[in-house]
Amino acid sequence: MASELNKLTIAEASAMLRKREISALELTRDCLERIAGADPKLNAFITVCEKEATEQALQADARLAAGGETPALCGIPLGIKDIYATTGVRTTCASRILENFVPPFDATVIERLRSDGAVFIGKTNLDEFAMGSSTENSAFGPTLNPHDTGRVAGGSSGGSAAAVAAHECLGALGTDTGGSIREPASFCGVVGLKPTYSRVSRYGVIAYASSLDQVGPFAKSVRDAAIILRTLAGRDPRDSSCSARAVPDYERALTGDIKGLRIGVPKEFFVEGMEPEVEKSVRAALKTYESLGATTAEISLPHTGYAIAAYYLVATAEASANLARYDGIRFGLRVNAEDNIALNEITRAQGFGAEVKRRIMLGTFALSAGYYDAYYLKGQKVRTLIRNDFERAFEKCDLIVTPVAPTTAFKLGEKMNDPLTMYLSDIFTISVNLAGLPGMSIPCGYDSKHLPIGMQLIGPPFSEETILRAGDAFERSGASKPRATAI
Amino acid sequence: MAETKITLEQVRHVARLARLRLSPDEEERVRADMDEMLAYVDKLNELDTNDVAPTAQVGEAGTPMRDDEVTNQPAAEAMLSNAPSRDRNYFKVPKIIE
Amino acid sequence: MNREAYEAVIGLEVHTHLLTRSKLFCGCSTKFGAEPNANVCPVCMGMPGVLPVLNRRVVELAIRAGLAAHCTIAPYSIFDRKSYFYPDLPKGYQISQYETPICKGGYIDLPANGNGESRRIGLTRIHIEEDAGKNIHAESVSLVDFNRSGVPLVEIVSEPDLRSAEDAGAYLRQLRAILRYVDASDGKMEEGSFRCDCNVSVRKRGATEYGVRTEIKNLNSFRYVEDAIEYETARQIEMIEAGKRIRQETLLWDPIHKETRPMRSKEYANDYRYFPEPDLPPLLVSAEMVEQVRASMPELPADRRARYVREGLTDYEAGVLTADREVADYFEAVLPGLENRKSAANWVMTEVLRVARESDKSFEDAAPPAREVGALLRMVEEQKISLNAAKTAFAAMVKSGNSATKTIAELGLAQVSDEGAIAAACEAVLAAEPGKVAEYRAGRDKLFGFFVGAVMKAMGGKANPKVINDILRKKLANEN
Repeated sequence: MASELNKLTIAEASAMLRKREISALELTRDCLERIAGADPKLNAFITVCEKEATEQALQADARLAAGGETPALCGIPLGIKDIYATTGVRTTCASRILENFVPPFDATVIERLRSDGAVFIGKTNLDEFAMGSSTENSAFGPTLNPHDTGRVAGGSSGGSAAAVAAHECLGALGTDTGGSIREPASFCGVVGLKPTYSRVSRYGVIAYASSLDQVGPFAKSVRDAAIILRTLAGRDPRDSSCSARAVPDYERALTGDIKGLRIGVPKEFFVEGMEPEVEKSVRAALKTYESLGATTAEISLPHTGYAIAAYYLVATAEASANLARYDGIRFGLRVNAEDNIALNEITRAQGFGAEVKRRIMLGTFALSAGYYDAYYLKGQKVRTLIRNDFERAFEKCDLIVTPVAPTTAFKLGEKMNDPLTMYLSDIFTISVNLAGLPGMSIPCGYDSKHLPIGMQLIGPPFSEETILRAGDAFERSGASKPRATAI
Repeated sequence: MAETKITLEQVRHVARLARLRLSPDEEERVRADMDEMLAYVDKLNELDTNDVAPTAQVGEAGTPMRDDEVTNQPAAEAMLSNAPSRDRNYFKVPKIIE
Repeated sequence: MNREAYEAVIGLEVHTHLLTRSKLFCGCSTKFGAEPNANVCPVCMGMPGVLPVLNRRVVELAIRAGLAAHCTIAPYSIFDRKSYFYPDLPKGYQISQYETPICKGGYIDLPANGNGESRRIGLTRIHIEEDAGKNIHAESVSLVDFNRSGVPLVEIVSEPDLRSAEDAGAYLRQLRAILRYVDASDGKMEEGSFRCDCNVSVRKRGATEYGVRTEIKNLNSFRYVEDAIEYETARQIEMIEAGKRIRQETLLWDPIHKETRPMRSKEYANDYRYFPEPDLPPLLVSAEMVEQVRASMPELPADRRARYVREGLTDYEAGVLTADREVADYFEAVLPGLENRKSAANWVMTEVLRVARESDKSFEDAAPPAREVGALLRMVEEQKISLNAAKTAFAAMVKSGNSATKTIAELGLAQVSDEGAIAAACEAVLAAEPGKVAEYRAGRDKLFGFFVGAVMKAMGGKANPKVINDILRKKLANEN
């Protein structure tokens, strides 16, 4: 009995906790046991917070016992991508340069989850500073895919995706700058939601690219994702870019009814180089949608092919400035040197991995004197064209459905030789970040190697309710049932 | 042969700006990687963006501001707790020469 | 060296702290003099994950500075990141404004110089930016304190309209006075809240092109500014005369050796890689906001000066009194209850300003409380004391800090206006000098002064001269 609690969804566990059928302590203990058994193989966690999680679980039990209204997330064990500042718990960004950094403050979303009584079971693995698509750029080793440990879990939020897929926790937080929630969700067969840019506060989320980063949940079901989003979203006076727009009760949107929903299918997203099984799976899902009462029509997002180029100029430029604070003076790694220039240069050389250095170099160059117009500014202009593409498309449809990635989970090391090859795997997710739109990955099938395939639902700004409704309807149709993981 | 987009000298200059000390091997690898990326992003020149405004932000308009109140308490210990090198309540660095 | 053949072309960049309680982007205190790293938080320390939130008061004060300097207030401006590495710059970039400053254009009018000429110095722009922390240099290490990191600054850039060290000094003093007038800044150079960088070049008189300019950074006293400009101007002229080229470089002023020298470090690298700050939306300033600021602003010096003239002072008097806001405020605090505005003005201009000049304390500390000076002058108006007595009392008050009433009492300076007592003294004097009385009545008017003096002496100098005059006249004219 005990060993199955970690397999519950948040909705299920929450109901059982409130009825006192199970305790938060049991639930947390189950997850910790699962982590002890599975994580040596998966490496989804950088830090397991056994002590803190147990404390939190006990507090949650006390709160549940006291009766009255308790938040849905009270007592629920969550994995937290190691990019969120958590007071007193080291926050590494999977980098040597922050290996022992212990923040004296919480990210806003961490505060919100804490106040709901959630349990932080551990800090999950990621590509260093969220730069990557496979979690192979972590200074603490890659996270392996629970469906096939010879393959990547995706990235940059690979740890969170794998942890949820392997039932090491009931839900998790990730971040998404170019696809870092949606792609690993697709590779690991879980739900991954990137809300509209500015829907969720970024305060305390260690920055990669400020105008692209967004906080979002991993979950086993769309309903669970809706539950988590409700707590995360909303105005934060500490984040000037965060929207003040009211937060709806996202669960209410899960009516199961999508009759009349107009789905756009962009022709530029079904291209050569895609695995045929991926295309087949997504097209089958579209048929399912039609059978549920939605209509589908081909649309065009003509500037899709330029998105990766624009992204790698804008994101790296912002990152080069965001990572300038790692200078060995106030926190993090310090390699002693004779003068301040050497102190900075050597600390950063030793503290940052190759991919991070690559992006800092590219970004610095894109902003540098004489190149700003040709690179950074050009990238920001093309971004406008991409946003306009979506705006025009949404005049004719309510939702856009695409594959999440051109392939299923690739083999470890397969794309590490050539950065550009790795970057090209973001082709379907990146333009959504450039446009600031919400996008969700939900499992829609498996390929012949038993690897999960994800489909992406993209909506206009602040249309999370529509996206969740459509995702939930697909889940309910039973067209794609989750399979057990290999681990 | 394709024209190089970036020279070793330029890479060294950028590394200085970014305070990254690259080994000679790293320099060449980074140069090759940047060369590839810069050749790739060249495709953006296919687009005429003369009349296009850059997107600086994708959020909402309006300027959030806070009241001029002191809301933080002194907490030197917490703020210094991660200092790799300190002297009493100061952060210590190599002597700055102007 | 033919100095006269050349003219110096000088532009100044002033950085001044704005008078807010909290910092530009976080709720830490801006109070000077705290323990190191006491007034810091994750935001102004540049910890991973933090974000800036703009302080409304900073925007208001920047607008005040702009209005006081006749600038155009931009309805739309953005913040930019200015990237460079330095130990006191926690994020590795400073949030500033690059291409779109909040204020553009503007001018400062310098007070008339010895020849009665007033010059107008143009401003290029005023923008908002955050200050960095402070480095303290020890034997073999440097120590960094981030209390000042994130304190709000405005940078005020002048056009290169200044032509001498003297000009520069006058400009800085006037600018500081204006900023103090509108409570935007307290201009305390010694606390580091008013710093100046100078751009200096020279050219042959009559030339229209600019010469190569050097930048002298971080001067924190008016004296240093003037000295540095003098030195640098001379140095550049010497170089040119010797046929050498001026190198465009950044210099420091060495006040001990009294020379400029190039900055050794490469910290001040040229490529700041400015780009729009993605964490802050554009700064939108509505016409309403500008009007609100204008309405809530303390009176500008020029307006105050004009008001004084309307109220009856001469242009010269108004100019002297409004040169410093403290003096004008002081004058207005002396006024209540007084009828004679001009004599109050005169008193402040002569007696009070003299004391302040001679003292090494600040004006506030050197001058006696305004209300006491007002009380003193009221006593003169009510003829309770003579003007001379007031001067004596004032000198004593400056030293003792006592009130006017107490001082007058202690020194026994109260003027006697009692007609009976004065009449008796008059009678006694006239009775003692019958010869002179007769001479006076015969036409020797000058003797009147003799009688007045005698009566005053008989009364120990305390009689009200006006009453003496009236009574003596009557008695000498045989009216009893």
